[in-house]
Amino acid sequence: MEQIVLETKNLGITFGGLKAVQDVNISIKKNQIYGLVGPNGAGKTTIFNLLTGVYQPTTGSFFLCGSELKGKSQETINHSGIARTFQNIRLFNNMSVIRNVMVGLSNQPEYKCGFFTSVLRLPKHFKVENAMRNKAKELLKIFDLYEERNNLSCNLPYGKQRKLEIARALATNPTVLLLDEPAAGMNPNETADLMDTIRFIRDKFDVTVLLIEHDMKFVSGLCDEVTVLNFGTVLAQGTTKDALNDPEVIKAYIGG
Amino acid sequence: MKIFHFGRKSLSHYYSTFAIIIAAIVFFVLSISIGLEKSTIFLLEKVIIAVILAVSLNLVVGFLGELSLGHAGFMCLGAYLGGKFATIVEPTLGKDSPLNLVLSILIGGAVAAIFGLVIGLPALRLKGDYLAIVTLGFGEIVKSVFQNTTRESFGGALGLETPRFNKDYLFIYCFGALIISLWVSINLINSKHGRAITSIRDNEIAARATGINVTKYKLLAFTVSSFFAGVAGVLYSFSNYNVQSSKFGYNYSIEILVMVVLGGIGSINGSIIAAALITFINTELAQILTGNLAVLQNLFYAIILIVIVIYGNSPALAGIREKYDPSKLFDKKRKDPSTIKKDDAKWNKIPTKIAMDELLSVDVSNSDDNENDTNNTKGGN
Repeated sequence: MEQIVLETKNLGITFGGLKAVQDVNISIKKNQIYGLVGPNGAGKTTIFNLLTGVYQPTTGSFFLCGSELKGKSQETINHSGIARTFQNIRLFNNMSVIRNVMVGLSNQPEYKCGFFTSVLRLPKHFKVENAMRNKAKELLKIFDLYEERNNLSCNLPYGKQRKLEIARALATNPTVLLLDEPAAGMNPNETADLMDTIRFIRDKFDVTVLLIEHDMKFVSGLCDEVTVLNFGTVLAQGTTKDALNDPEVIKAYIGG
Repeated sequence: MKIFHFGRKSLSHYYSTFAIIIAAIVFFVLSISIGLEKSTIFLLEKVIIAVILAVSLNLVVGFLGELSLGHAGFMCLGAYLGGKFATIVEPTLGKDSPLNLVLSILIGGAVAAIFGLVIGLPALRLKGDYLAIVTLGFGEIVKSVFQNTTRESFGGALGLETPRFNKDYLFIYCFGALIISLWVSINLINSKHGRAITSIRDNEIAARATGINVTKYKLLAFTVSSFFAGVAGVLYSFSNYNVQSSKFGYNYSIEILVMVVLGGIGSINGSIIAAALITFINTELAQILTGNLAVLQNLFYAIILIVIVIYGNSPALAGIREKYDPSKLFDKKRKDPSTIKKDDAKWNKIPTKIAMDELLSVDVSNSDDNENDTNNTKGGN
């Protein structure tokens, strides 16, 4: 049996009386591309926020490679290996493109460098800075952002901002990459390219991908398995083809 | 060991900072050799103190993106505790003891830093206006506490007398403190810690999700900032021979903030120039407008500020600004947004796996970088 990387057990959260997410059980195998679909307000982004520690679950728990991450802070969860992008792009707008990526790199053990080492400009500082800059440049080359590395990230066009956000998330060296609507605002050609890119990222960086998407063509072309949510509960789960053809799912999406 | 990090070809980006520092050193050497008047040295000390204050406040306002209105409070703590320490140890260490000066400066800074850490704690939960109110309150509390001390402890309403160090000699230490504070601030900003602090300013949610320890870096910024405010306070107390707590009120905090805003939020060079300029203007106005005209001081000060702000922002004056932009003298290569390729999201441009090895073998180490946050960013407030 393949190794399970990310697992949620009865994950749930209530805001006051509203049960935003209830009893979600997902298990994602290594190097899978896993989809999370559902109508607006189904609780998809809430699950992302639970998995990254923005919200604390009221019931259940979740595990990364067998270790429990419930109750940990966002930083700790990121260090353990879950990185995410946002539905509405959140870059460090007034910093250059390369600096955005370098912020992502700064938490890895090989780039450790204390406050006094940096401020007193000890030799280790230069070693670490150069290593980080070269690593960031490699990442930017992969995402075709190398030429723009010295521009402020807020000046990039929309598509490049999306790419930069993924590059920054990958810079934190994640095991699981959470993508929140990566194809939003893209035309069909770009969406097709994005599908290739996500597969490429999975192979190149050896990550497991969990993504939220509304574009069913995108999901069915890319995802190995999906979970369909509606009103915070799991409506259907399984291989993409089976789950999306489930009569309940069709009913939830189309109505009737 | 390199003292300043130039990157590879990015030396040009440090030119403006270096120009200021070199000009200051030349001036310093000249002033020592010529032997300036007491009043000029006093003015220079005031300028140095203002620069240290403005640069340190810029760490919190410009780079962390939190509004602090209590900077004079930290300065007050440094001034009183450093000054008191120097008075206590003066009989033991003797007059004009360098050890006494250095120790008092460090102690004043350290006490202010501890309080900065404590004030940084609510900053973890409070934002914007709310934090401004807390820091404002802190500054006023510190001021009032020292005002109500006894004559024996901290002088109370009459103020605290501090040891009279030799003026020339004190000036050298002021100058040293200025260079060290600039060096630490610039190094901090251009390091991974500085990037983490700036990332919190730009987007705190994304910073957390990218694994930045927001708690740690907020406290770090507050602590470093208040440390240098404390240092400036100690220098102020020695420069004036006397500390009056009424000086460190709300107005003084605002004056430091004006220096930061006028120089450009998030610009170290700007803070240096603005602090020197404002201190000079204030002192000159106080000398020119004496007697009945003294009431006009604030009026002229306000007019000068308004003129500077209009010159800096008015679209009608854009041509003049462009023509005399000092940064262009040094840095012709700075990219403007129009150089970005207009084509966007070409996801298919991302290379396939075969081309990847080829791509990664390209030497990335010999290319120019534009890597100096002190010059080209603006604040998040």
